[in-house]
Amino acid sequence: MKSDHHVILRVITKTLIPVIVLFGLYVQFHGDFGPGGGFQAGVILAVAIILYALVFGVPSAMRAVPPAFTRSVAAVGVLLYAGVGFWALLQGGQYLEYQALFGEEPGGHHGQHVGIILIELGVLFGVSGAMLTIFYAFAGRVAEIRDEDW
Amino acid sequence: MAMSEPDIGLALVNIVLLGLLFVVAIAIARLRSLFAIVMLSGIYSLVSAAWYVAVDAVDVGFTEAAVGAGMSTAVLLGAMLLTSRTAKPEKSLRQLGPLLVCVATGIMLIYATVDLPAVGDPNSPANTGVGLTYLRVAWYDTGIENVVTPVLGSYRGFDTLGETTVVFVAGIAVALLLGFGERSLAETIRNEDKSLPKANKKPEAEDGETDS
Repeated sequence: MKSDHHVILRVITKTLIPVIVLFGLYVQFHGDFGPGGGFQAGVILAVAIILYALVFGVPSAMRAVPPAFTRSVAAVGVLLYAGVGFWALLQGGQYLEYQALFGEEPGGHHGQHVGIILIELGVLFGVSGAMLTIFYAFAGRVAEIRDEDW
Repeated sequence: MAMSEPDIGLALVNIVLLGLLFVVAIAIARLRSLFAIVMLSGIYSLVSAAWYVAVDAVDVGFTEAAVGAGMSTAVLLGAMLLTSRTAKPEKSLRQLGPLLVCVATGIMLIYATVDLPAVGDPNSPANTGVGLTYLRVAWYDTGIENVVTPVLGSYRGFDTLGETTVVFVAGIAVALLLGFGERSLAETIRNEDKSLPKANKKPEAEDGETDS
């Protein structure tokens, strides 16, 4: 990776990664209106970082997004999702009953919107963190991808 | 969707995409280079994602493109680097058993498709039961435009919580089996430490080479 014949790949990747991340966020927050949601957005965000790792080397990706951070994010995601359920329980509803989050009558939509946005965020964190943890576990075992491996 | 009149264009798209899938699958089965196989399996996922879109399963196609073509290709590349680059050729006599199993399964699946409802059939079991109820009440219940989101998030929130937990547990399990991957980072830092201070080189910097 020290030689410079990957320069086209690097330049294109640098311009592509922000677009991929932006598209992932669009998929996340547009999931209420079109196809998409937390799972797909989580995978897309993870793939953006994996692309960085493939082109610039796993160690530099690990410096930008440390493995300890990815597994914490995965745990936080699952906790956030489960926490919404407990929030509904504390408000007197049933587990994951978004209607109860703000004590609304049937037909009120505020709790549904907030609850779904929160659990989709939980899915986003859980999936992207878990996917990156899996990738680091595989790719982190070889120090550097040599040119003859491609 | 294709109920009222047979759509020639849609049928052609289906035939072309499924034919591509068939060709890619045969190529994967015949190749020995693992790198080519990983790349072709990514192409297989991409073509099947396009086919899901052709049969109006946009969400499934989206997930297949992201997970199958993006994620699993990258993970398989990482796994491939840990092994040799080519698969060992199998004796042709030993390929007979798997071939028989594949042909028998294929015949059973084709036999089963005879009873499947047509794509978009309003009288199919999937569309007459709970699916129709969701389509009717989702807007009143949740006020969310895309009916897939309230089905996944509200009506089946427990399932989605379970799926998220499964993904999380899978990530933790892989990390516990293979290590969290910090070895390569540590190795790079060690190499940098070794190459940078040339002037005050200490002899104990060399014994960091041992790797389990």
